[in-house]
Amino acid sequence: MIERTPVLNIATHAILAAGLIALALPIYLVFVASTQTLAEVTAIPSRLLPSDQFFVNVKAAWITADFGTKFVNSMILAVGVVTGKVVLSAITAFGIVFFDHRMRMPVFWLVFITLMLPLEVRIVPTYAVAANALSPFQAMLDWSGLTWLIEKATSIRVSMEWNLLNSYTGLILPLVATATGTFLYRQFFLTVPDELVEAAKMDGAGPLRFLREVLIPLSVTNIAALATIMFVYSWNQYLWPLLITTDPNYGVVAVELGRLVPDSSSTGGGIPNWHIAMAGTLIVMVPPIIVVIFMQRWFVRGLISADK
Amino acid sequence: MRRAYFKNNWIAALVVAPQLMIIFVFFYWPTSQALYWAFTLEQPWGGGNEWVGFENFRTILNDGRYWDSVWVSCVYAFFTTALAMGMSLILALFADRQLRGYRFFRVGMIWPYAIAAPAVGLAFRFIFNPSAGVASYLNLAFPGVWDPILNGDHAMAMIVFAGAWKQVAYNFIFFLAALQSIPRSLLEAGAIDGARVLRRMLDIQLPLLAPTFFFVLVINITDSFTDSFGIVDTMTGGGPARATNLMVYKIYEDGFRGLDYSGAAAQSIILMVLVVALTVFQFRFIERKVHYS
Amino acid sequence: MSDITIRDVRKSYAGTEVVHGVNLDIRHGEFIVMLGPSGCGKSTLLRMIAGLEEITSGEVQIGDRVVNRLEPRERNCAMVFQNYALYPHMTVANNIGYALKVAGMKKAERLEKVAAVAQTVGLGEFLDRKPGQLSGGQRQRVAMARAIIREPGVFLFDEPLSNLDAKLRVQMRHEIRRIHNRIGATSVFVTHDQVEGMTLADRLVIMNRGTIEQVGTPQEVYDRPASTYVAGFIGSPAMNFLPATLAEGPVLWLATGERVDLRGVMEMPRGLAPRAMLQLGLRPERLRIGPVGSGAMDVRFEFAEELGSGRLYHLRHEDVPVTVVSETKQTLREGEPVGLTLLPGAVHLFYGETGRRIETTLRSSVNERVSA
Repeated sequence: MIERTPVLNIATHAILAAGLIALALPIYLVFVASTQTLAEVTAIPSRLLPSDQFFVNVKAAWITADFGTKFVNSMILAVGVVTGKVVLSAITAFGIVFFDHRMRMPVFWLVFITLMLPLEVRIVPTYAVAANALSPFQAMLDWSGLTWLIEKATSIRVSMEWNLLNSYTGLILPLVATATGTFLYRQFFLTVPDELVEAAKMDGAGPLRFLREVLIPLSVTNIAALATIMFVYSWNQYLWPLLITTDPNYGVVAVELGRLVPDSSSTGGGIPNWHIAMAGTLIVMVPPIIVVIFMQRWFVRGLISADK
Repeated sequence: MRRAYFKNNWIAALVVAPQLMIIFVFFYWPTSQALYWAFTLEQPWGGGNEWVGFENFRTILNDGRYWDSVWVSCVYAFFTTALAMGMSLILALFADRQLRGYRFFRVGMIWPYAIAAPAVGLAFRFIFNPSAGVASYLNLAFPGVWDPILNGDHAMAMIVFAGAWKQVAYNFIFFLAALQSIPRSLLEAGAIDGARVLRRMLDIQLPLLAPTFFFVLVINITDSFTDSFGIVDTMTGGGPARATNLMVYKIYEDGFRGLDYSGAAAQSIILMVLVVALTVFQFRFIERKVHYS
Repeated sequence: MSDITIRDVRKSYAGTEVVHGVNLDIRHGEFIVMLGPSGCGKSTLLRMIAGLEEITSGEVQIGDRVVNRLEPRERNCAMVFQNYALYPHMTVANNIGYALKVAGMKKAERLEKVAAVAQTVGLGEFLDRKPGQLSGGQRQRVAMARAIIREPGVFLFDEPLSNLDAKLRVQMRHEIRRIHNRIGATSVFVTHDQVEGMTLADRLVIMNRGTIEQVGTPQEVYDRPASTYVAGFIGSPAMNFLPATLAEGPVLWLATGERVDLRGVMEMPRGLAPRAMLQLGLRPERLRIGPVGSGAMDVRFEFAEELGSGRLYHLRHEDVPVTVVSETKQTLREGEPVGLTLLPGAVHLFYGETGRRIETTLRSSVNERVSA
């Protein structure tokens, strides 16, 4: 870079260091709290240096929140969403980009529009659908009069029900129903040169073979990027799991974390176990941070091309 | 424009079908369902829905609490966006100078992206806790000066900090990438024309950053409207006295605690319109106006 | 081994016709070069033979099969693409052998063939590399090997040399010709580079705006270009054109009022209307510079370019530029008037309106100038 004057360099470093501290300080304080005893953490003024209770608190948090089960559930949720996204978006983008049919643009727009409305703004009706995932089909049968027709003809009343509350399917599927991944693949597929498709045709490879042996191997970095983004996204889900899982056996870590601290702050009740809550916070943070740091290069590239 | 296609259209249908199925059931159906509910009133405990036209919207729009929630959301959106974008922009501009330690700084700015909203919320709730966290120092010096538990403005400030902190990493990634896509020769030309570092930032980098800036702006505003649930729920629960009762949170409260599906649906529709309008605005106007090529 | 027959083939994109009823017979084992500027339809025609492009109407026959409805893989063609289109994630060996793999050949047999073919194009030691680790010339060879290994009836080349630097291009050109001679399959080669076309082709197909202007051996096309378009395209530097009108017999009036007498050079066909508008084409390499008044017409010297073996003279006849290539090196002043002598084969005449060639009978002797 041009102009490396010492003053400017010092200023640059100072600004960056200040930024880094501003970002890291809260996590440092969380860590400090997680190493203290209840007495230390609630002492006024509180201590700003780590104490020696870290493993005690982590263990307490692990047991209190039943993180053993919740970790497995969060993992299942994350792996489910990642797999679903990686596979579904790849084949959808393939269908949109490499075939010239009349439905190409309509399908693209149908998928693309889902980018606009995040799950949070349509949370109430999505919950209702999750209570019976077949209700859309039931409603369509009812409206079209088919239910009535079938009842007349066979005297069987068609009644479809598939309750997804408190199930992994219910946790996973609605989170897969957005376009992020499809869009990312599409952007990449569009950069695949026409000649490569034609060479494959000349070599006698059909579409599925092309997908499997040419496109997918070429998309490895995109898959890595998408997998990282989706892992973080699904691991950190809060509202959806909060709603759909009332059975603690299906609870996930992010939701359980919220329960570690009783609502005392708004009610002014007893002193919360901050040291244990902060230990729990650390536990929940670690997996996605590790993934992001390890996958940094791919995920940054993926994030930028997925959203633009 | 692509010209090489495969011809087996039934394969195309087969590969797009699963995704279409899922978005139909979990996106389009619920969204249309929200519309349906917004214009009908559900009879308590079954008995079908009664068409009420705009009555649900009228009720909401005449409800002072709803407007409070809108106001609070806007305040939250404004301050988190300003704070997060300002900080990430400055950090990105200086990180882009790529001095020694650049890689370290970059990773250091990126990892907060990975942290879950409830974890952020809980951490900041602890830090800003008047009687336990760091804020206790403040209260020790000036008793009663900081109390987010009882003071609505303080509570708002608290969730703004948490929300902005969470957003910085995301913005930083985009700003840095955009800065790095500016050809070095442009900055060198600026240097030869006599512009110093800050001057070049103002005259060359910032203007060229405009498209990314507006993109990030819209994403930040939308996110602060939609993605704030986890922070509010873990930090304030919408309180005190609904001072942090953001729109998303109110939808959740009315829908799942109050079981007022129609009211929640109408609020959802308003929020959807808002979000879609922002996105369309982004696509139609900003993207077009701030491109230089 | 196939011959290719193209019958009244047309191609339209969204109602716009880009190839207008092309007819062509390609003989078995022939090396055909389709030559023309970009957008003349040559690539489209090639891709219709390959099956990568639908044929809007007409018929393409390879051997005795009409292939209009066949998939590319069923046509027994192999193709070398302009940007090579190598699979970036596969090794050289897998790139070369991919078509065989798709066809279901056993791995051992395949690898053996790959090794053999790689050897012939000099890639033996690169089999385990990825395309990204190869130079441009090596990638070109992989693309060639990938075509050769299929032992196809027809080789299709879509500007395969245009991404190489000048020296490599010449070298690969020789290699392509050598491979063609050895294998003896029919080859169709598309390019916009007339030197490539002249040097490679058994027969040239010169295309312009979706139609064929001329088909012939390089020598025929050079000696008797069918139109001003072909004449301007073939030969380097390009042919000079001077607008003229017919006086009588082989005597012309140039636009400047100057008279050019071609009686010594050629005989005109009968039936040409007097005062017909013509284009007088002059091959730069068949012109010589002499003292003023010594040749068929006078021109002014502008500047010269050194070619090493000779010189390229840039002259001007009024406002029409005229170039001359000559081995004799003369030192001339800017603006100096000189005379232009026509060697045999220098003059080509074309109808002014249509640009089509006027067939003339050549005479061997150098012309005399008759001043006005």
